[in-house]
Amino acid sequence: MKYTGNVIKYGDNVDTDVIIPARYLNTSDHKELASHCMEDLDKTFTSRVKQGDIITAGFNFGCGSSREHAPIAIKASGVSLVIARSFARIFYRNSINIGLAIVECPEAVDGINEGDKVEADLDNGIIKNLTTGAEFKTEPFPEFVQKIIENGGLINSIAEGVIK
Amino acid sequence: MGMTMTQKILASHAGLDSVQAGQLILANLDLVLGNDITSPVAIKEFAKLNKNGVFDKDRVTMVMDHFAPNKDIKAAEQCKMCRDFCGENNVTHFYDVGEMGIEHALLPEKGLVSAGYAVIGADSHTCTYGALGAFSTGVGSTDMACGMAIGKAWFKVPSAIKFNLTGKLRKYVSGKDVILHIIGKIGVDGALYRSMEFTGEGLASLSMADRLCIANMAIEAGAKNGIFEVDDITLDYIKAHNGAEPKIFRADEDAQYDEVIEINLSEIEPTVSFPHLPENAKTFNEIGDIDIQQVVIGSCTNGRLEDLQEAAEIMKGKKCAKGVRVIVIPATQQIYLDAMEQGLLKIFIESGAVVSTPTCGPCLGGYMGILAAGERAVATTNRNFVGRMGHVDSEIYLASPATAAASAITGKITSPWNI
Repeated sequence: MKYTGNVIKYGDNVDTDVIIPARYLNTSDHKELASHCMEDLDKTFTSRVKQGDIITAGFNFGCGSSREHAPIAIKASGVSLVIARSFARIFYRNSINIGLAIVECPEAVDGINEGDKVEADLDNGIIKNLTTGAEFKTEPFPEFVQKIIENGGLINSIAEGVIK
Repeated sequence: MGMTMTQKILASHAGLDSVQAGQLILANLDLVLGNDITSPVAIKEFAKLNKNGVFDKDRVTMVMDHFAPNKDIKAAEQCKMCRDFCGENNVTHFYDVGEMGIEHALLPEKGLVSAGYAVIGADSHTCTYGALGAFSTGVGSTDMACGMAIGKAWFKVPSAIKFNLTGKLRKYVSGKDVILHIIGKIGVDGALYRSMEFTGEGLASLSMADRLCIANMAIEAGAKNGIFEVDDITLDYIKAHNGAEPKIFRADEDAQYDEVIEINLSEIEPTVSFPHLPENAKTFNEIGDIDIQQVVIGSCTNGRLEDLQEAAEIMKGKKCAKGVRVIVIPATQQIYLDAMEQGLLKIFIESGAVVSTPTCGPCLGGYMGILAAGERAVATTNRNFVGRMGHVDSEIYLASPATAAASAITGKITSPWNI
């Protein structure tokens, strides 16, 4: 899969409470969740995020609560990909399970600035900063995880009998 | 190659003789848990699987604890959705208002978890049950949906950090101080993707309440799970709560650990984690005069009877400081009843605190104790992220029940050793 978009950049330990504050967890409506995405960290996010945008962040992105509402809110905001130095593990598996593209790549996080245009080809493990021309390599997903992603998430993988 | 406790439990649940760190496996589950926040998302996903019911009606549980008793109409709708689903699927262990408690205090109390179990819960603090020698980890709603459908989940087998505990905790120092100390030492991603395995002679001095509290906050160090070696204290607890026959998995002598960390319990002091990360742990030689406006004693971390006993011992016959709102939340109905019979509730109320029905409420900024801009709270909860208990400009200081009680009396963050 290829993803192209402009970058919105955040720091370390972006937790699920700031991605989607618990006061909005009385709903599971994707659009409503997206309308409060990042609210407690960056009040400008919802007004400036555009379809296809890419988030970059530091260590431990998505730490804290297991709320799947967090990757759902990010995905429903139009974000196509999150690149981080590392992800908290529940956020990581939730993203794979719901089909939000994520990748760990510290070099790319260092070499990409807010607003840069980026193209990521995760099948071949290449992230290009189209603004500066810099290129970064990533590790491909393990085969089992790749299978879940190719089948459009965990639900489809089970519904179609890929996982029994 | 030798396996850790966690690896052995995972191997047995995947039908394999052995597993190694990094391996991806599909494991059978003994229990699948959800709450009123995460279950509605799971129920919607479950519907897409076209299954005729859950994989085992006795091995799925839902607990209405986060925004229950319903805080608003939307919360009421979410609980109703869970209630209807459990009714339609004949789910045995559905806990609603009147029977419910905070999930991670309730499930061990009800004997729904035992040593050797593999448990997933759509709640990050599901790692709590590692205190009973189970592999137990938090997942999202989609994993919960699939777990309810097929009784399995995929895992990447974790490597582990071993914590070798020695010594004995001092007066008014508890499991909470131990885990805040550890997170302060290794950081909020210090155990990322890994297991935290607790063992050593020091275990003998840790009550189940201490162990449940320590395992509960393994996630705050990024860990996949926290797990305690099973001993007589564990076995007695499981027996007393009519849990299933325990299966004991001990780490192999030659098990590989990424790191071994020595913790001398005798050296642990009352510890407070400053805003806005649990890793900002300080002891009282580093803490000055900090005024507070609220104290919360409760949550899946510290709402157990032992926690309330410790707080009541400090608050007995004293008044909460003027201008400090003190909220005590027994974690389950049984704890509430025991606290009542032991006279603890009377002590809290006479000191000027309020006592609430079990709920997660203020811990995640839901309701029952939301902070205004500029306010500070000492809380026995587990997270002090920006805005976690209310306004983004409020502050949470994480501490033990003893420290929270001492602070309630003085109106400042106070060591239980100084009261």
